[in-house]
Amino acid sequence: MSKFKVDDSLDLRGVLCPINFVKTKLKLEEMEPGDHLEVLLDEGDPIANVPRSVKEEGHMILKVDREGEHAYRIIIKKS
Amino acid sequence: MPYSEDWIERYSRHIILSEVGGGGQQKIGNAKVLVLGAGGLGSPVALYLAAAGVGTLGIVDNDVVDLSNLQRQVLHATPDIGRSKVESAAEKLQAINPDLTIKPYKELVTSANIMDIFKDYDIVVDGTDNFPTRFLVNDACVMAGKPLVHGAILRFDGQAFTIIPYEGPCYRCIFREPPPPGAVPNCSQAGILGAVAGIIGTIQATEVLKLILGKGKLLTGRLLILDALDMSFRETRIRKDPNCPICGQNPTITELTDYEWVC
Ligand SMILES: [Zn+2]
Repeated sequence: MSKFKVDDSLDLRGVLCPINFVKTKLKLEEMEPGDHLEVLLDEGDPIANVPRSVKEEGHMILKVDREGEHAYRIIIKKS
Repeated sequence: MPYSEDWIERYSRHIILSEVGGGGQQKIGNAKVLVLGAGGLGSPVALYLAAAGVGTLGIVDNDVVDLSNLQRQVLHATPDIGRSKVESAAEKLQAINPDLTIKPYKELVTSANIMDIFKDYDIVVDGTDNFPTRFLVNDACVMAGKPLVHGAILRFDGQAFTIIPYEGPCYRCIFREPPPPGAVPNCSQAGILGAVAGIIGTIQATEVLKLILGKGKLLTGRLLILDALDMSFRETRIRKDPNCPICGQNPTITELTDYEWVC
């Protein structure tokens, strides 16, 4: 489990690129600067692409953990 | 999440853009844009604005679809010949995006009806093909304080610029008066490469979306000129004329007039 506080979370396992990023972005738009968003992403393209796109938008990736065998849990800090 | 799955998917390629996002896409959805003309320019303008999700799209045109239109007016198809252009346009636009409100106006804009049509819209796009209407539309937009995205095409040439009344130059700051009837060929006499209408129309649609989003640098104070034979663009600086008869310091045009038609 993460030691970071989590203000909101999204389970995007099974959601394909780029809709997973779009949903992450829309959720971040609703949140306050400094808030933490937890996102569950599949291995492969999703974990390769979503964190990079999130960083390009100026947010920070605080943590990336494995979640089970085929997924990851990331913590994003909204800029 | 307040957004529907369909909305997210339909506009995903917009939302990804950092200049758009969910907030920008909502602005597009709340926008009300009036497209004058459902012809060569109006077709790409309206098609792209409908696809982009502009929530209310008004289309004004008094013509019916003619076989000779189909070479460039991509809103219309062979089975539409003889139908009113706005009816044909509304059907295509609604099919692209059923969420939108499409308002067809089967009429000519005149000094008598133009203000009444304009009042429900935030932005006006000029896709008309004649000088009398272009001057009338400019004057009405200046008087109503509505942004106007101008475009014109002839042969292999095109031009576009955006008018923000009083902030930047208007059409009359540059082209003072309509040319005398018969002095300038219109597109039915001079010809037009259909694809050129697509280039200028999509530039106009892009300006509308930038206006809605409040992003980027508009074509205000610069006239973009296309030479498609050479496939080159050039830009001419244009300035607001303090002596402009409509947007200048002492305007002499205080009411709308209908100019004589060339064709
Ligand atoms: Zn002016």
